[in-house]
Amino acid sequence: MQQVFKRPEALHDVPFHFCAGCHHGIIHRLVGEAIDAYGLREKTIGVASVGCSVFMYDYFNVDVVEAPHGRASAAAVGVKRSRPDNFVFTYQGDGDLAAIGTAEIIHSANRGERITVIFVNNTVFGMTGGQMAPTTMLGQTTTTTPFGRDAQRNGFPIRMAELLAQLDGTAFSARVAVNKIKNLKQAKKALRLAFEAQLSGRGLGFVEFLSSCPTNWKMTPEQANTRVEMEMIPYFPLGVFKELVGSPGEASEE
Amino acid sequence: MAKKRKMLLVKGNEAIAMGAIEAGCRFYFGYPITPQNDIPEYLSAHLPAVGGTFIQAESEIASINMLLGAGATGARAMTSSSSPGISLKQEGLSYMAGSEIPGVVVNMSRSGPGLGGIHPSQGDYFQATRGGGHGDYRTLVLAPDSIQECYELTMSAFDLADKYRNPVVVLGDAILGNMKESLDPKSYRPKKIKKDWALTGAEGRSPRFLKSLYLSDGELTKHNWKLYKKYQSMNKEVRWQDLALEGAKLVLVAFGSMARVLKSTVAMARQEGLKVGLIRPITLYPFPTDIIRRTSEKTRHFLTMELNTGQMVEDVRLAVKPGTKVDFYGVPPGYIPSPDELLQEIKKVYSGKK
Repeated sequence: MQQVFKRPEALHDVPFHFCAGCHHGIIHRLVGEAIDAYGLREKTIGVASVGCSVFMYDYFNVDVVEAPHGRASAAAVGVKRSRPDNFVFTYQGDGDLAAIGTAEIIHSANRGERITVIFVNNTVFGMTGGQMAPTTMLGQTTTTTPFGRDAQRNGFPIRMAELLAQLDGTAFSARVAVNKIKNLKQAKKALRLAFEAQLSGRGLGFVEFLSSCPTNWKMTPEQANTRVEMEMIPYFPLGVFKELVGSPGEASEE
Repeated sequence: MAKKRKMLLVKGNEAIAMGAIEAGCRFYFGYPITPQNDIPEYLSAHLPAVGGTFIQAESEIASINMLLGAGATGARAMTSSSSPGISLKQEGLSYMAGSEIPGVVVNMSRSGPGLGGIHPSQGDYFQATRGGGHGDYRTLVLAPDSIQECYELTMSAFDLADKYRNPVVVLGDAILGNMKESLDPKSYRPKKIKKDWALTGAEGRSPRFLKSLYLSDGELTKHNWKLYKKYQSMNKEVRWQDLALEGAKLVLVAFGSMARVLKSTVAMARQEGLKVGLIRPITLYPFPTDIIRRTSEKTRHFLTMELNTGQMVEDVRLAVKPGTKVDFYGVPPGYIPSPDELLQEIKKVYSGKK
């Protein structure tokens, strides 16, 4: 019988421990498949962040260094500048990248650092038990917005993919989802382009993955998937916000 | 016949930057802060010429994390700052120590607490020698007192960082950073240090990971004891200078710029017939406990003098033989004491009038 599907080599042969319905498992697999597609496994150095994402080194079959909370984009700069021929990526949640790590991601993008940033947005701080995140939506109840996020008191959810697309050093910025097959296929394409941004030396490649967190949303996996579709995507639109092609210095821009 | 090296007249800050390049440092990540801006400025001009990378980062926090990343790949990398910026780096230092990632961190101390001022001070002694950040860890701390030592101790810092897979702190101050003195730019003798832990891409081998998170039962306990044993083994790197200890009735203990002023003061005191000696720790961690202990067997009176309100004096009290009298004289930041002022204080203590 023909084998049509297998675990990517870039992932260890271990089961994921993530909660039922969590999209980390899918996103890990897509990233692993992209690493394999370009034959990068032996050249990849990953930078783990803090959150449910921290266990990256248990799952990715590549060299990994753990960075302090929010600082993965800066640590990745140190890695990539030291080893420009290696493929360097970070894997960060919404607390890590959009709260404490805002300065680092903005400046890494601004400098056009040749790294690829995987940003997992599930509108909560997952690991710590469901507190408000910068991407928590208005009206959303979390453990630190027990009455629902209120714009006056807690500000607005932040759209990172659009924000980073404004910077000249950002070569690719997109937002995708993996809650259904159609979205997953677009996610795969976006991931490839984010990889290309680094491989072509064009600049920073950024992919924001809308993700579910059934545990902290207090939903079933199916309800969580529906929330991604019906609540998150209308506010966090899917799409490509920046896509530079050609080598740096060329005037072409799509 | 060997060509005689040309002597240079440089600032302490420059000497540190030069020492770093000479020792093979090819990555520098930093942020402007008075009084150490000559360091990033020098390196921004000179690192690219030797194929190195200079990044002016968005903050001291970003800098220490870039250092963590570069160090993780086995590169020789450095960051520098001054007191408030060093406070920002503490989390990064803790992570580097926990993950056993080498790097050199230069602190040209200024005055605090808070924004303080730009005067020189020695108010970061506790921060430097007690790890500085959270958790049970230590960094080696080297305290120069001359431009020559700024250069040579920076070179040593890279060797020690690689040898122990640990961050090393070079603790200077605003005076040292900005004064000019002659420098003999000695060549660095490279050490062969294997880095079979470095991240280079898992080609033909199993992946490596550098982390400080240990959640399984008992794992972190084991890791902490391992680090502890490492710090104990650093004791062999202890360095100090001593002056006129023979027959001394009073021994001064001081480091860095304060010790420098006291070298003149001790000479003046001895000329007036006062039997005063000086111990100058060069490694603040490991602290030269042994020489202090041995000296206190014969000299039963010590006077610690610092540009702060009392930090190293605690280590001196811990080091001396019980029953030894340990006095303290502090000059918190705001001005530099003259040898005369210090001599007056020494006389008071010596004659027991204090």
